[in-house]
Amino acid sequence: MAQIAFAPDVFTWPADEPRLIGGRCTSCGTVTFPVWPSCARCGSTEVEQHLLPRRGTLWTFTTQEFLPKEPYAGGETAETFRPYGIGLVQLDDEVRVEARLTESDPATLRIGMEMELVVVPFRTDDDGTEVMVYAFAPVEGS
Amino acid sequence: MVDVAIIGVGLHPFGRFGPKSAIDMGADAIRAALADAGVQWADVQFAFGGSFEVDNPDAVTSRLGLTGIPFMDVYNGCATAATALSLTADAIRSGQYDLGVAVGMDKHEPGAFTSDPVDYAAPPWYGEIGHFLTTKFFAMKINRYMHDHGISDRTLARVAAKNYRNGVLNPNAFRRKPISEDDILASRMLNYPLTQYMFCSPDEGAAAVVLCRADIAHRYTSTPVYLRASTVRTRRFGAFEVHASWAAVEQDAAPTVYASKAAYEQAGIGPDDVDVIQLQDTDAGAEVIHMAENGFCADGDQEQLLADGATEIGGPLPVNTDGGLIANGEPIGASGLRQVHELVLQLRGQAGERQVPGNPRVGYAQLYGAPGTAGVSIVSL
Ligand SMILES: [Zn+2]
Repeated sequence: MAQIAFAPDVFTWPADEPRLIGGRCTSCGTVTFPVWPSCARCGSTEVEQHLLPRRGTLWTFTTQEFLPKEPYAGGETAETFRPYGIGLVQLDDEVRVEARLTESDPATLRIGMEMELVVVPFRTDDDGTEVMVYAFAPVEGS
Repeated sequence: MVDVAIIGVGLHPFGRFGPKSAIDMGADAIRAALADAGVQWADVQFAFGGSFEVDNPDAVTSRLGLTGIPFMDVYNGCATAATALSLTADAIRSGQYDLGVAVGMDKHEPGAFTSDPVDYAAPPWYGEIGHFLTTKFFAMKINRYMHDHGISDRTLARVAAKNYRNGVLNPNAFRRKPISEDDILASRMLNYPLTQYMFCSPDEGAAAVVLCRADIAHRYTSTPVYLRASTVRTRRFGAFEVHASWAAVEQDAAPTVYASKAAYEQAGIGPDDVDVIQLQDTDAGAEVIHMAENGFCADGDQEQLLADGATEIGGPLPVNTDGGLIANGEPIGASGLRQVHELVLQLRGQAGERQVPGNPRVGYAQLYGAPGTAGVSIVSL
């Protein structure tokens, strides 16, 4: 079955160990996700691509328990929608990235727990193509 | 610089009003504010109008009289009304005009707001994958705050229950039924840890304020309320803000903290001097956080303050005496002027069943919204 990334230039794919594609300001070193057109800290337009660390810690989280309105494109209906977790994961001291979490039960999530980047199916199109999105999963035993 | 006084306030109730247009609600609010001030529409030299849904709030002039005045339309997210008020006051302070009106009006569809994430400087795919939701941001912010400062779910329920209770006492409120803390906690989880009854909802309504030079205020009223400060601030690098695919590790305070400090400085007073407080309670967690961000308590003190009833109408720190956003809903353009309307009634002693005892003299109002904008107003007798 074909798998495609939901958007280009967001994570390295296909890859055994996918990485998020961030940006880095060449003037002040600020790291962003994804690549930002210019630096949110100093305004410089000199930004370069920078691959982000694959592991980090959960800084905060919530759950999305109702079907978002458009432009959401998950393809579910109110009947088929399943809640998903969403959180902010701090990657070393570089940046905090907002991402889906593979866990949607708050009881399985803990601020400070170790998380790892995964690429998971987001939606299956009519032709069977799986559209893939980045997410973070708890690291076993953390 | 010239001082500015509020001489009239008017409100169109908040809620759902069938086919009635936002413009007609805005006209009603202005008429009420003019009657309160004892002035005619023909006396109004200029106006600022705020709305999210209405492109041109100045269309309200076709209901009030086409007098040809300069009427400027503004939109600034949840801080729209604070912006309209601030600009109106500044125009008077600068000496350009003697008397003007700030009005806000809106009429939203039920359900969470939506628009294009690109317009919030977010990536184009941000909405497609289900991240473009203000509610989940507020949930993530309060979840971290509860973790850091020992705030419980019960405290969130206490905030919401208080605001529904205050709404019962407010004939202009949208929600006028008390809801128990247990029912609030047991209502549907929308974004952990926030349940359905902990959130405000978009609705309809309008509010207006008549302002003039302080030195002529006594021509119109025996109890002018002075606008001591009105500030607007946007987020700084390092603030954790709504609609962002990333946040910096280096942390700075929220824009509310800066708007608040600037307002206290402008007014020459501190949080201890404030008698009545209106805070942006998009959700119960936001009210908890905003208590600290506006200087009314230290982080974490909210747990005990709420348990003690400190933020009740009769408590030492009355917050959202008219029910706040939770009981009134949020017609974005009008919300901040509803806060000022309530403060003015409280300072005049006209708040009826929800009157704060002890002759309050200083009122404080704060707004916050996407993509990280805050507004603060301070009024006093
Ligand atoms: Zn930079």
